[in-house]
Parts: sequence; C-alpha cells; structure tokens
Amino acid sequence: MVKKYGMIVDITRCNGCYNCFLACRDEFCGNDYPGYSVAQPFSGQFWVKVIEKERGQYPKVKVAYTVIPCMQCEKPSCVDVSSNKAVYQRLDGIVIIDPEKAKGQKQIVNACPYRVIYWNEEKNIPQKCTFCAHLLDQGWKEPRCVESCPTKALVFGDLNDPDSEISRIIATAKGKLEVLHPEYGLMPKVQYIGIPKRFVAGEVVFRDKKDECAAGVKVTLSSKGNADKVTKTDNYGDFEFEGLDADKDYTVSIEHSGYSAKKVKVKTNIDTYLGEILLGKIAVKNK
Amino acid sequence: MSEQVFTNCTVGGPISVYVKDGRIVRVRPIVIDEEDFKPWTIEAKGKKFSPPRQVKLASYVNTERTRVYSDERAKYPMKRVDFDPRSGNRNTENRGKSAYVRISWDEALDIVAAEMKRIVQDYGPEAITGIVSSHHNWGTVNYKMGPFSRFMNRLGFTFIFDNPDSWEGFHWGAVHAYGFYWRLGCAEPYDLLEDTLKNAEMVVYWSSDPYASWGTYCGGESQIWRLWTREAGIKQVFIDPFCNHTAATIGDRWIAPKVGTDSALALAIAYVWLNDNTYDKEYLETHTIGFEHFRDYVLGKEDNKPKTPKWAEKICGVPARHITALAREWASKRTVLSCGVRAGFGGAIRLAYGHEWARLAVFLQAMQGLGKPGVSMWGSGMGAPFNANFFFPGYADTDGKLSTTAAADKKIHNPVQQRLYRLLFPEAILNPPIEWRGEGFCGNSIEQQFKSYKYPLPGKSEVKMFYRYGGSFIGTMTETNRWVMAYQSPKLEFVVNQDCWWGSETRFADIILPACTNLERDDIAEFGNPGGYSAHGSSGCNHRIIVRQKKCIEPLFESKSDYDIFTLLAERLGFKDDFTDGGKTTLDWVKRYFEISDLPKHISWEAFNSKGYYVVPVPDNYKSTPSLRWFYEGRTCDTPDYLNPKRNTEKGKELGTYSGKIEFVSQSLTQHLPDDKERPPMPRYIPSWEGPNSPLARKYPLQLLSPHPRYSFHTHYDTHSPWLGEIPGHRIEKDGYSYWVARIHPRDAEPRGIKQGDIVKLYNDRGAVLCIAQVTERCKPGVVHSYCSSIKYDPMEPGKAYSIDKGGCVNLLTSARMLSKNAPGMAPNSCLIEINKWEA
Repeated sequence: MVKKYGMIVDITRCNGCYNCFLACRDEFCGNDYPGYSVAQPFSGQFWVKVIEKERGQYPKVKVAYTVIPCMQCEKPSCVDVSSNKAVYQRLDGIVIIDPEKAKGQKQIVNACPYRVIYWNEEKNIPQKCTFCAHLLDQGWKEPRCVESCPTKALVFGDLNDPDSEISRIIATAKGKLEVLHPEYGLMPKVQYIGIPKRFVAGEVVFRDKKDECAAGVKVTLSSKGNADKVTKTDNYGDFEFEGLDADKDYTVSIEHSGYSAKKVKVKTNIDTYLGEILLGKIAVKNK
Repeated sequence: MSEQVFTNCTVGGPISVYVKDGRIVRVRPIVIDEEDFKPWTIEAKGKKFSPPRQVKLASYVNTERTRVYSDERAKYPMKRVDFDPRSGNRNTENRGKSAYVRISWDEALDIVAAEMKRIVQDYGPEAITGIVSSHHNWGTVNYKMGPFSRFMNRLGFTFIFDNPDSWEGFHWGAVHAYGFYWRLGCAEPYDLLEDTLKNAEMVVYWSSDPYASWGTYCGGESQIWRLWTREAGIKQVFIDPFCNHTAATIGDRWIAPKVGTDSALALAIAYVWLNDNTYDKEYLETHTIGFEHFRDYVLGKEDNKPKTPKWAEKICGVPARHITALAREWASKRTVLSCGVRAGFGGAIRLAYGHEWARLAVFLQAMQGLGKPGVSMWGSGMGAPFNANFFFPGYADTDGKLSTTAAADKKIHNPVQQRLYRLLFPEAILNPPIEWRGEGFCGNSIEQQFKSYKYPLPGKSEVKMFYRYGGSFIGTMTETNRWVMAYQSPKLEFVVNQDCWWGSETRFADIILPACTNLERDDIAEFGNPGGYSAHGSSGCNHRIIVRQKKCIEPLFESKSDYDIFTLLAERLGFKDDFTDGGKTTLDWVKRYFEISDLPKHISWEAFNSKGYYVVPVPDNYKSTPSLRWFYEGRTCDTPDYLNPKRNTEKGKELGTYSGKIEFVSQSLTQHLPDDKERPPMPRYIPSWEGPNSPLARKYPLQLLSPHPRYSFHTHYDTHSPWLGEIPGHRIEKDGYSYWVARIHPRDAEPRGIKQGDIVKLYNDRGAVLCIAQVTERCKPGVVHSYCSSIKYDPMEPGKAYSIDKGGCVNLLTSARMLSKNAPGMAPNSCLIEINKWEA
C-alpha cells in the first residue's frame, strides 16, 4: 500500500526546548537538496515554528508551546494557486514546492492561511518545510525535527500503516485529535493533541478561616443556565476548569454547607484566574 | 561529492557529523545501530517505562555547525596593538579597549614563551597563574583537565581554586548535614528514577528547573522522565519565585516565595509537621542527632518566635494556608524533594546564606525518613539504571586528567604551593594581600572547608601573568566590573587568552591564541560523564555511550588544537618531552585512554575506532540499589558510590558526617566554627543582607533572579550560534541588535512605563545592563528574572569599568559578597536593582 505521511504534535508533551526548530535549521540552512528544496536562509524563516503562549495570571500561569511545520494539507491551497505545477503533492502526501518552477511566484506564499510558506528574497522563491522528503527518500524514518524531539511530543509516520506508531496513537487518542483551523477546510496531515483552549481557575477562601485552605468545596461552571462542569476544590482550595471554549460567558457558582453561596461571572476571552473568592459564613441566629 | 560521517561528542550529547568536501553540512544525534542499544525497562504502577533507542541532545547542540563556523571564532593569533613587551610599553590600562593586529603563530608563541621565561626568572613560578572555564569543549585528552593542566603543572603556577558556582549552598551547607563532601554536597543519585516512579506520590521541585538546566551534561535524555512521572500519577509541585519552564508546562502547583526566603518557608513546613505530629520520630531517633534543638528552635522555645506558617507568610509572601496545605500533603504522600543535585541547580542555593536552606532541605526529608522508598533527594537529572561496573574515566577523575592518568608514563604535579581563589581574583590583583577560608571544591574532606589561605604566600611573588583558557567570567561570576578593573591593572604584566571564540574576556588579553573546537581534532570521551565529584554522572543518560571523537574537519582559519598549542610552547620552554609524555600524539593518548578503560574487554580498538562508539549495556541481572536505602534500612552502603570513603569499611553504615548520621546540629561546624553566627552549627533563617526588606530596597526595589540559562550552556553557544537569537526566550532582536531578555511582572512594568519589547536598563550601584523586556505573569511581582551567562559583554565605552553593557551580562549587577563570612560561595541572587525604560 502506498505510504501517506503524517505528524502528530502533542502539545501536552512539549516543553519548548526548540530542538525541532534548531534541527530543522541545521538540515536546511545553507544546504541545497536538488529536486526538493534550496537552502533556507540562515535567519528569518521558520520552517518549524514554535509559538509560545502564556496562559493565565499570577500565580496561576501555564505555558503552551505549539509546533507548526507545514501542515502538508490533503487539499493544499498552495497547489491551487501555483502555475506551471510549481507546487505539487507527492503520492505519499508531501507537498513540495519545486524550487525551479516556483521562481517569482509570490502568490504561493500568500495562498497559505497557516502562514508557513516563506519568501526568499534573494533566490526569488517561496520555501517551506518538506517533511525532510529528501531524507525519507533515502530511507530515513522521520524528519529531523521529530528525531530531535526529546519527549515524543512529535510523532511521525505512515498513516496508511495500521501498525505504525502514529496510527496507534490516532487509534487511542480519538476525540483528542484536532487540526489547527479546521475552518480552512484544507485537511492538514499534521494533527494536534492539547491545543490550548481557555481555563477558568480560582481559589476559594473561607472568610472566617483564612489560614486554612478551603478544600472540597463544590464549584460549578454553567453557561446559559446549564451546569456544564462540576468540580471540587483541591487541598489548596483551588479549582480549575480547563479546555473551555473561547469567548463564552460562564458563571462560576461556589457552594459549601454553612457558607453563603457565591456566583462569579466570567468571559473566556482570555484564560482567567479569578484570584481569591471569599465565602462568608451564614450567620447563626440566637448566638 | 564525497560525504563522510564522523562521530563526536559535546557538552550536550554525542553527535554524528556529516562532512561534504571538507565542510560540515549536518550535525545530528549520534547514529547508533538499533541492536547496539539495550534499553532497560522500569515497571511501575502498572505501566512500563523504557527509553527510546535514540540519543537526545540539548537544544544548543543542534547549532554546533554554526558555532564551528561562527564569525566570532578566534581565527588568527593576535596581539594587542599597544602591547610591546620588548620596549616595556604594555599599556595595560587599555585592555578592553585597544584593537588587535594579526601576527604569526611563531611570533605569538615566541612572545608567550619569552614572557613566561622572564616572569619565572624575575619573580618565580608563583607569578604565573591561569584558569580554565567549564565545558566550552568536550573530550578527555584535549579538554580542560588535559593539555592546559599538564602544561601548567609542568611549568609550575599559582593554581586558582574553583568554587562550585552552580550549587554553592549544598557544598557549603548540606555537607554539614548529611556528608557527601565527595560529591561536593550533592546526594548520591543511584536508581532514583526507578524509585520515584515506583514509590513516590509527589515530587517537590524546590528552586529546580530541569527543563532549563537539561541534565547538565546529559543533553535531552532525562526530559521524558518527567512525563513518565506524570504518567505514573505523581503530583509535581514547584517552589520558585519564577514560574520556571518545568513548572509552566507540567507543574500541578506553583508556590512563589520571595527570593531568598526559602529557609523561612522550610522552617514553617517543619513547624506544621511538629504541630500535626506527622514526622518520622523513630527515624529521627536512630538516624539523626540534635533534632531536639532543631525542634525547640522551630517551635520558638529558643527565641520566642514559633516558626509558624503565619510567621513565614510575612517573610516569604506565601499565604500561611498554602504553606500548611503543602506541608500536610508532603507529610501524607511519599515525596521526593528535587533540588540541589544535577538538574536541580536553582537560585536558592546561590544567594545569601544559601547553605542554610540547603541544610534545611536535608532536614525536611530527614523528618520524613530520607531513604525510605519514595522519599529521596533527587535532582531528577541522574539516576537511571546504570552499569557502574564498567570503568571509563571522566575528565575530572584522576585517571582522566592528562597530568595524573594511568595512561601517562610520567605523572606531573604542580610544585607551586601558592593558591588563589577564583571569586577573589579581582581583589587579589587590585587589593592584596587577601585571605579566605575553604579550598573551593572541598571534595576530599570536610576539613578543607575550614582551611585558611593567604595570598601571596610569605616570600612569594604576586601573580604577574594570567593565562585564560576557554570561556568567560564576566557573564558567570559576580559583580564582574571588578574583573574589568583587575584586567587593567599594571600588576598583570601579561595576559594570554586561548579560546575557540571571542568571549567577554578575550578583549582583555595581550596575546590571543586561537584554539580549534573538538570537531577539528581527535579525542575520546563518555556522554555525560565528567567524573570526579559528579561520579557516575552519565546515569543522567538513558544509555552509557563512550564516543571516539573524530576529527571531522581540519582546524579552521589558523586555529590549532590545545594539545598542539601547548606542545609548541613546551618545546620553546624546553620540556616538550615531559609534556608529550615521550612524544605522544593526540591519537596516541586516545588509544592509551582506550587501553586503561574497560573497553578492550568488550570491543577491539579497530572496531571501536571504526564504529566510533560503544554502548555500555545495563546487565540483564541488574540489581537496583536506590540512593540511601542502605542508610534508611541500617545496612552498609550498597550503592556503587566509590568515592564514599566509609564504603566497604566497618563504618559502611554511616553517612559522611562526623557522627555518621544526619546532623541537625552539625558536629563539623561545632568543632571548627562554633561561634559563626552566619553559618551556625544549627541552620536558621537569616534575612538576606540584600533582600526585599533591606534598606537598599528603597532605592532598588526589585529582586534580580539570575539562574542558569536554558538555551545556552554557561557562556557557550549563545551569540556564537546566531540561531539561538531567534528563540524569544533567549535573545530578541530589536533595531538590529540581539538583546538579552529580562522578565518582569506587569505590576512592576506598568508604573515604570515598560511594555513588552522595550529596551530597559537594569541597574544598581554595581553597574548597568541593557536588556529587552518580556512582561510576564510568570514572575512573582517584585522579581525580575534574567539568566546569567551572557557571552557578550558589550560596554558602551569599551575598556571602561561600570560602562553600560548592551550585551546582557547581568552578572555585572550581582554582589561579590559571599554566601556568608566563612562560606566562600557566590551569592548572585541576593541582588537588588531598579529598571528604567531605556531610550538611546
């Protein structure tokens, strides 16, 4: 069966070491691979791009790194806009920009909504990640970026081989797999686990017991009157709702027996740490 | 076009180097036949953990090609234009400012040899000094304990003691709590990966950022271990004023004390345990001494100040309830304390009284039964299953050093008794005589810490010549404008700098000798194994790999190997035969090192030389011996910690302290320095002399935290590898200049009008440095985070001390004051600064 190459980027395993970016630079900067690519300039292009996203506010902060190579789309828009068949898809799914035929075709850069095609001013050509096709064709098992990854955040392989590691991950990770910007409709063969969404977090504090953490307090997240998620505060009195949709209006309700319930409204335009939420004791009569 | 592939090794991992037409075209993790790997498997909590059959590098090693071909290479022998030893016009005040002229190797070597002869003749060999830096290259023959040391020992010179700059507090503190002086205060690491995965329920990374410090010399090998820890369901908590890279990506909880208040936090944790009665009384009874004094201090019986969470809250800025919650969780779960040891080098041990916190860290684990399954001190960067029966020397082992190795027919020792101390080098030049206590690396005995030194020795000359080899201290030592001034002193009649690249100190030399990198010469070395005080350091790698480091290309420009440079100098000084051990070439040495190791029992020289590596397998019947389990169980030491002097003796059950137990009241300090209030026999919280509550904070209200960098190693790589300048966590380019990054919280940035990407001036009375601002929620408000170790020192007025530096050497701002009066470690994280937006 013909091979179909793909990649999985597991953001939850990535710590932003940048090995992928640097290994890619080592492979392509100053090195021509005739028929595949001409040399990447020594600076300014990011065939494997790493986007660092800081999430939340002190002291609840997380960082997510998203690794972005060429998406090797099944329906590549760069192919459509190129003339002279300068951009083509190989049988194994890899999209190649022919460095000779693509000369002067700046429209290829702009055709990519993922912005992973770069214009080489000096050579007058568009350039991008090739999944290291020149190496795969020599028998290498994976591109340089994947080889360099110390945490298996990047996994590469044959999507058509059910026994390949990537196929096994896809089989077990169903439901967790996503692509960047599915709305583009380009069917990328780079798929992601753990694309950061939004979180809402906070700490519950009992007003009468500020020196003790309020553990085990019920916290409910609701939208439009429906309870979406329920959790309990941990041993620090912290709660967190992770993986929420962006730009939605939510209400966080906090209830604990003997204390007045509290509701906090939050909009998930950003990851939000609500800080300390104080619960007051219900006054006991006749005391 | 012919392509050849060579094996080599770096400070961040072994590599395969592809060369086409004499030019390096690719550097990748060393390619090893899959069948040569014998991966181990750890079964824990119903899961199996086994490493990949691949080598993982540190990030910067991926830039090795650009580093070799860097524009910043020292390319030709150079002489400072206004240095003329023949006429006596040395113009030392122009060091750091004057230009250089290219000269021939013969001229350069003749000058160096003539100056050495003159200085030895006029002043004696004490007048010569020199020092290496750490890890600009890798190799056994041609590295820092190699040609430099053999040559200088033969010549005779005033040796400069190093300080353990990455883990000071453990060296000057923890040794007095649990011994391990033979590891400079770091606990043995054996089998703690397995023990953690199997038995631990929580890891507390305290002042520890293994994703930034990598495995030190072990590349990216251990990065996957922390994901395994997560997969094993083990909670990972971080204590650090900066939400460090490990905390930000895999942390379950971040606790942010103010810089330098970790001791108060530790005491409050102990208080909760005492109060809750959740500590191991039986262990304390049998395994420790002096606990009752500690208990009384914590409970406030000694000073009427109970060290309650509320007490600590005021000092640390951590809410008391969080301290209580952390302490309770710690006591209820089997908890690993990750700090101090390799990969756990953090700020808390490199600041005022850092030895106090290091001792308290040991005590906390002692209260929970240190050595019990899942209760350990583990930096998380060493301790994989490891074949310790296979011998291959690290460069710092007696058999690794070119002067003393069994590979040499003639061993050579330095006849000169006079000593200097690296941290006091500027004072020694500018303001002698000087005195200090402690030998720097005190790995042979606890007593070395108390030995007093004087410089100069009576009747001996001060130093007149400084031979600087590989690396730069302006970016790594403290208050480094002192180094600028020292370099310009007329007392230093002659300065040589021998390096592969231009660094921050190169421009202070009179003669520059260009050395080649280890990709341009032959060598042999093991991945991750420096030997010596970091014995079995390659247990931070998933596989033990010994590499035949091949010469991949001819030395670039006019550079030469260190061995060749020192051979030519030795020839001029009449001791070539001694230096070369009867005419050995580099390759002869490589073969000799092969022969004295265990390699010949397993592989022929021919096979090793052609394959380029040997993977030392973990035996099938491997028996795990976790660190300190023997101590916990009252058995004799069964770990392969061969430098432990009590091992295999009748005292084999004991620790390296005087009592053989964990000492809450140190016997060594009681005996030698009983009245030291700054490092008392029992550790205490002592407020920093330069912290958030000191008077200076009114003028300089921000605390500068400057830990080891993430994307470069010490000062190495950095701007020698321009790709690193496109990693926004390292440097950021603005207006055509690549600035060092300083991180600041929005609450501190806003009132100062500082926005993301602004150029800012970090300053105090000790200097001023320009950086680029990253406004981030990851800093505790009041804390500015900027890595130490910029290679670039770029003063606006070259050659002028206290000029504003554009290069990013924040070490210019740090204080030269030591950990404490009798503990001469550096304390760069006790540093107050102010920040302004900078407009040129």
